[in-house]
Order: sequence, then C-alpha cells, then structure tokens
Amino acid sequence: MTGKTVMKTSNFSLFYGSFKALHSITMDIPVNRITAIIGPSGCGKSSLLRSFNRMNDLISSMRTEGSILIDGKNVYSQDVVELRKKVGMVFQRPNPFPKSIFDNVAYGPRIHGIRDKYKLAAIVEQSIRDAALWDEVKDDLGKSAFTLSGGQQQRLCIARALAVEPEVILMDEPASALDPVATLKIEELMEKLKSKYTIVVVTHNMQQAARVSDYTAFLLTDSERSGNLIEFGPTTEMFTNPSDTRTEDYICGRFG
Amino acid sequence: MKYSLLFAALASILIVMMIGIFTFREALPAFRDIGVKNLLTESAWRPGEGQYGILAMIAGSGLVTLGAIVLGVPLALGCAIFLSEIAHPNLRAFVKPCVELLAGIPSVVYGLFGMVIIVPVVRGIDIPGNTGFGLFSASIVLAVMILPTITSVAEHAIRSVPKEFREGSLALGATKWETIQKVIIPGARSGIISAIVLGLGRALGETIAMIMVIGNSVIIPAASTDNPLSIFLSRARTLTGNIAVEINYATGLHESALFATGVILFVLIIVVNSSAKYLMSHGSLEKIR
Repeated sequence: MTGKTVMKTSNFSLFYGSFKALHSITMDIPVNRITAIIGPSGCGKSSLLRSFNRMNDLISSMRTEGSILIDGKNVYSQDVVELRKKVGMVFQRPNPFPKSIFDNVAYGPRIHGIRDKYKLAAIVEQSIRDAALWDEVKDDLGKSAFTLSGGQQQRLCIARALAVEPEVILMDEPASALDPVATLKIEELMEKLKSKYTIVVVTHNMQQAARVSDYTAFLLTDSERSGNLIEFGPTTEMFTNPSDTRTEDYICGRFG
Repeated sequence: MKYSLLFAALASILIVMMIGIFTFREALPAFRDIGVKNLLTESAWRPGEGQYGILAMIAGSGLVTLGAIVLGVPLALGCAIFLSEIAHPNLRAFVKPCVELLAGIPSVVYGLFGMVIIVPVVRGIDIPGNTGFGLFSASIVLAVMILPTITSVAEHAIRSVPKEFREGSLALGATKWETIQKVIIPGARSGIISAIVLGLGRALGETIAMIMVIGNSVIIPAASTDNPLSIFLSRARTLTGNIAVEINYATGLHESALFATGVILFVLIIVVNSSAKYLMSHGSLEKIR
C-alpha cells in the first residue's frame, strides 16, 4: 500500500461478553483517502468502525485484544475525549441536537473550551461552508435544526463533526436514510472533504463503495468465525479483480 | 359489552361532575354572603365572629408547597438522572422500586414520621417561639411525599431522549456529564417541567400529613427574626387542613365557607394538573426553540 497511514489496526479482536464480534483484524487506514468497509448485515462493519473512536465503550461487556494506533498512539490507552476530538463520527440517521443550527455546530468547539463569540461564529461558518450547506442555511442559523430536510440535517451533522477539526471522520452508512439526490450530495461532499480529512465509511451499498472509495475492506461472518476481514485493498482492484472468490460472490450480488 | 364499558367510562365523568357541582352548590351561600373578594383577601378566619378570610390558608398552602418544591425537586431530579443515566442496571433495578414504594406509603404514616422524627429535630433550631411544628417540618415531609411522583415522571422523560443525541454528543468528545447537562436535560425539559408541576399538584392536595406537622394555627406566616427564612419556622394551616379540621362541627355559613375553600382548592389543582398535561403534550422536542 502506498502513502501514509493514519490508523494502524493490528490483530484487533472485539468481544461482547463471550461473543467474538471481530476476529483479529489487521488493516491500515491511508491518510486523505476514503476507505469503505463493506459486507453483509451482522458481519461486524459497524463494530469495527465504532472501535476507531471507542463508541463501543458504551457497551459494558465489551473487551478488546490487539491494537488500533492513531498517529502511533494506542486508541484504547489514551484519553477518550482527546481521541474523539481527533476521530469524528457521522451516524446512520441524521441526529442533530434539539438546538439551533448555529448551536449544533458550535457544540463541539464550546465543550472544548472556545468561548469567544467571534471565533465561534467563524468556526461555525467555515464548518457549514465545508459541509456544502452554507448557502442553504446562512439566513436561518438561529432556526431549529429540525426545520431542515433529512439530507440537510446529515450535512449539518457533518459540519458539526468538522467544527472539532478531526483528522479522521467515521461515517456509519451516512446516506442510508436519505433519498438519491441527497445521497449524491453527501457523496460529492465526501469526495471534496478527503483533501483535508481521512474518511472511513461503512456502507451497505456496493455501488456507493465503488463510486466514492479509494480502498475497500470486505468483512464477512462465516460458519466458524464472525467478523473476518476477507480482503482489503484498492477499490478498483477489488471490484474488477477480487482475489477471494467470496468477495467476488458478494460484489456480484450472489449473497448478502 | 360495549355499552357496559361505555357506562363505566361515563360513570367516572359523572362522578367528577357531581362532586364539582355539589361542592359548588354548598359553597354558594359563602360566595353570596361573604363574597369571593372577602374570602380571598381577608386574613381573619374567626367563624364565631362571622369572619371568613382564607388568605392565611392560601399563604400556608403556597409556602409549604414552595418549600417542598425547593427541597424536593433537586433531590428528585438528581435521583432521576442517576437512575436513568448513571446507575448500573442492577442498582437501578433495586433503587427504582424503593423510590416507587415511597408513593405507596399512606400519608398518615408520613405524618407520624414527621411528628416523631422531623418535628423534634426542627425544634432544635434555637429561635424563640419555635415549637418544631410549622412550615419547615411540613415542607420536609411534603418534599419526601412528592419525591416518587417527580422522580418517576422525570426519569421517564430522560430515558425517552433518543440515544442518537447521546451518541452524537459523546462522539464529539463531550464527557458523560457534559452530555447530560447540555443535551439530555434540555432534550427532556418539557417532561421534567411537567414532572415538577405534577408534584406541585400532589403537594397542594396533601391533607392529613400536613395537619399532623404544620401546627394548624390560622395566621399569616411571618418571619420571627431578621432572617427572612425564619418565616418557615412559623406555624400555618393549609387549605386542605382547614376543611378537614373544622368540617365536623361546622354549620351554616361556616360549613359553606369550608366548601368554598374546597372549590378554590379544586380550581387550583385543576389548573395545575391541566398545565402539566398541556406541557407534556405540547412541549415535544420539535417545539424547542
């Protein structure tokens, strides 16, 4: 693999109680690229994504083995607040807070200690511009975020994540609750964002993975083991010439 | 079958209406002969001399309710937040039924507890004229009595805040406490307010426990020292207590004045409870801001 990596996952396993949800995953996330994680339902793609910013910590019976490094530091032995500042997340369903558009985007900078009004306003404007939402909301920043359409809400959530200036943005099926037009906008936005950020996206949609990602990881649960990384490589290669027959079968829609 | 159920439903409406009408009819002579204005604004209640002002009782009920809210709300909200956000499920499974059990204790038992435990402790506050019986003791007892109502409604409201808000906040690097403060409590705001209003309604209606600890003197409570808080060491009487204490021997206009007290209480509680209902149904998340 060429280029720098921002996250190194080595022999990483995840357990929920006695259930092993991820099985010894080793993969490097390249910087300023879009990496897609694909696979059928229940294969562990969301679990893997949520391991990168430790959202799995919310489950009390969770346990890990192996390591995930970000900038050389182990994700599981550093301060979780610092980690989540570096690794932002966008969820499957748009989840703006019940606050104004402005306060949604200002939420992150505020909790991280920025009080200055002008500085906040500048961060909010830049983040909303970067999320390609500015022209649609610039006159309505004081309105409730719930007045926006689903697609706009999702871009607001992206702006909210950008406002914390992360290095990596995790996206958990960010367009699955949106219509095709809104989906296209999100995909165009991802393309634009990768010059400044590293993106890891979980998707059910094979065409989406092929369209937007530079690298693809294919996860599968087989009869013996759950959460296996079957194949990981450049997207074009994987979609034209997969090295594993199971990848080929999945991509061609023969199962899953 | 359908009609017998309809009858059951109508019966309860009919009973409420009959109680309302009956109470109002009995109160009518008082409203006519004493006048609503005199009833509400006169401070002297001397049935023997034909003086029927219930201002002292309004003040008593108002102050004891205020005291109970001030003492009980922080406790109840703290408990609700702890149960819904912090407690391990096993601990929650133990604490929650305990809180709910408080609702099942008969109010006369609360009164006994107040007389035997709270009143002697309050009597220890060294201020002339302090007997222990009074607003402060009553506020403490009442605070405990409204605890389960506020806790369970507020806890339900907090638990109904979508988990997506929680995750969204945590994913931005907020701590658990910041998430509770800035996202969860604002998200549950309307439910929390209606929990407090429901507690208020319960506090206004409480009778026997209040009679047992509040002292029942018909006076407008006043501060006995320079500290305005000493008003809470004053004896007082509640609207409910006024009726319960005197109705056994009251006749004529006196009896009617007690019914008038009931009507005023009735109206007050209907207003409080309907505003709680209104807040619950109209204060949904979408309406915030």
